Amino acid sequence: MNFWEMFYKNKLALTGCSIVLFLFVVSLLAPVIAPYDPGAIDLKNVLAPPSGQHWFGTDQLGRDVLSRMIWGARISLKVGFVATGLAILIGMILGAVAGYYGGWIDATIMRFVDVMLCFPTFFLILAVIAFLEPSIWNIMIVIGLTGWMGVTRLVRADFISLRERDFVQAARAIGANDARIIFMHILPNALASILVAATLGIAGAILTESALSFLGIGVQPPTPSWGNILTAGKDNIDIAWWLSLYPGLAILITVVGYNLLGEGIRDAADPRLKR
Amino acid sequence: MSTYLIKRVLFMIPLLLGITIICFFVMRLAPGSPTDLQTQMNPKASAEMKERLMSMYELDKPIHVQYWSWLKKLGRGDLGTSFSSDHRPVSDKILERLPITILINFLSLLIIIVVAVPIGVLSAVHQDSLFDKVTTVLVFIGFAVPTFWLALLLMIFFGISLGWLPISGLRSLNYEYLSAWEQLVDLAKHLILPVFISAFGGLAGLSRYMRANMLEVIRQDYILTARAKGLSERQVIYKHALRNALLPAITILGLSIPGLIGGSVIFETIFAIPGMGQLFYMSVMARDYPTVMGILLIGAILTLVGNLIADVSYALADPRIRIS
Repeated sequence: MNFWEMFYKNKLALTGCSIVLFLFVVSLLAPVIAPYDPGAIDLKNVLAPPSGQHWFGTDQLGRDVLSRMIWGARISLKVGFVATGLAILIGMILGAVAGYYGGWIDATIMRFVDVMLCFPTFFLILAVIAFLEPSIWNIMIVIGLTGWMGVTRLVRADFISLRERDFVQAARAIGANDARIIFMHILPNALASILVAATLGIAGAILTESALSFLGIGVQPPTPSWGNILTAGKDNIDIAWWLSLYPGLAILITVVGYNLLGEGIRDAADPRLKR
Repeated sequence: MSTYLIKRVLFMIPLLLGITIICFFVMRLAPGSPTDLQTQMNPKASAEMKERLMSMYELDKPIHVQYWSWLKKLGRGDLGTSFSSDHRPVSDKILERLPITILINFLSLLIIIVVAVPIGVLSAVHQDSLFDKVTTVLVFIGFAVPTFWLALLLMIFFGISLGWLPISGLRSLNYEYLSAWEQLVDLAKHLILPVFISAFGGLAGLSRYMRANMLEVIRQDYILTARAKGLSERQVIYKHALRNALLPAITILGLSIPGLIGGSVIFETIFAIPGMGQLFYMSVMARDYPTVMGILLIGAILTLVGNLIADVSYALADPRIRIS
């Protein structure tokens, strides 16, 4: 069975895929489908519970929570992709170099990975972002810069097992240089595991972003993000449960979606890994 | 064994140096300075006053000189003085808040072990049973739940709707008038939600890991041998299989320590618990460099020590591993 057949038969993977596609569509069409302007303040309608007009209620400034969540989907998608893209890029290059060359280069890179891994990363992210002035770009960069270690290990392991294979020897024999062998010959064989790591990484990045925004050092209001709606939920915890419930549910469903998709890709790409 | 321990502890020194260098430089290279916060709100603050503050905090010197003087002080056990208005020694500020953070993290580790191990074992032994399916789904959701959101929901449900549990702080207002036993009960009530929240993430991870391990172990030949000898299923599972499945879990626990410590920022902020995480959040917001550096250092040490304990207990538990 090929990849697509395997993937197609996996109902959970398809569910994950649909969730992710749905979020893409929602983010893309945010200006069209959001029932209200996400920034429109309505002081006559502050903290209104869910109703026919406002399905998910309104926040402390009378803004429509559903509309803010729809626009928030854009933010989480952006953060997830850019942060993970950066982490994958760094991890891929470092892992490829470490695995391909071995020796002291490998040892140095892997020690650096160890240092980064035994660190309460969230502390570092928090400190750096708070000092750099919170902004969506800083968040993406910092999450990316602290999330590449897993990818490095993965790519390195793939490279170590692939570098002595015949096709690499053959490429070397016809005079391909190192860069060509690494990027054109070995890396394509490691793509499946990188893709899985990327999908799961997006889920992690979205979780981190929402936690940072919740603490007030992520995406800054008035820009809506799921995390900062939850901050309002905490401030009004005894009167407005809807501010806490729905954005968190959105984060949960999104993360479940990416995780299902990632595991689906893994099972389809390498049935031996299926647990 | 003792040489191994000494080696590991010595290896922690360059690791800690690396970590502190990264933190120090990243922090100081960020734009803005702590003196901004103190002078911005004061229209009388002159450029001269700002300079005096800068030189008082040694912020006018080159960054490597600053790092070196921080390191020299550290060598004498001095973490410096806080930039905040109380100007207390950083070590005092951290030490008075450390016990509660360690207590909560320790309790959550305990809960993770006590709950996750049986769940993992039972769902592996009864693979594909209803219990297994339900826990698999729960674990999957557990991985995806933002813990701070779960904290909010539990606060709404148990704290506000039902009114069973307090939702902030460590003590009730009437704490001083309670008997010793009531004080303990009061503290325990305040700790239930924070401990559960901080354990939650690890629960999902460890139980899934235990399940995978157990599934692998019960397919081994020695389990078949144990069954062939006529041992009862109980003995096979709990004596022969469990021990071997438990070993690798120790390492996972060691690796989960950074997450636990990092998580304390979130749950201490949500539940208003006066611990290290909350101090970190406040110091970061106030650009209190010495306190932030001090907590980063303590956090890194706790993590390294946790990993070391995990590795050592792994070696003690598994006779096949010889440390030399």
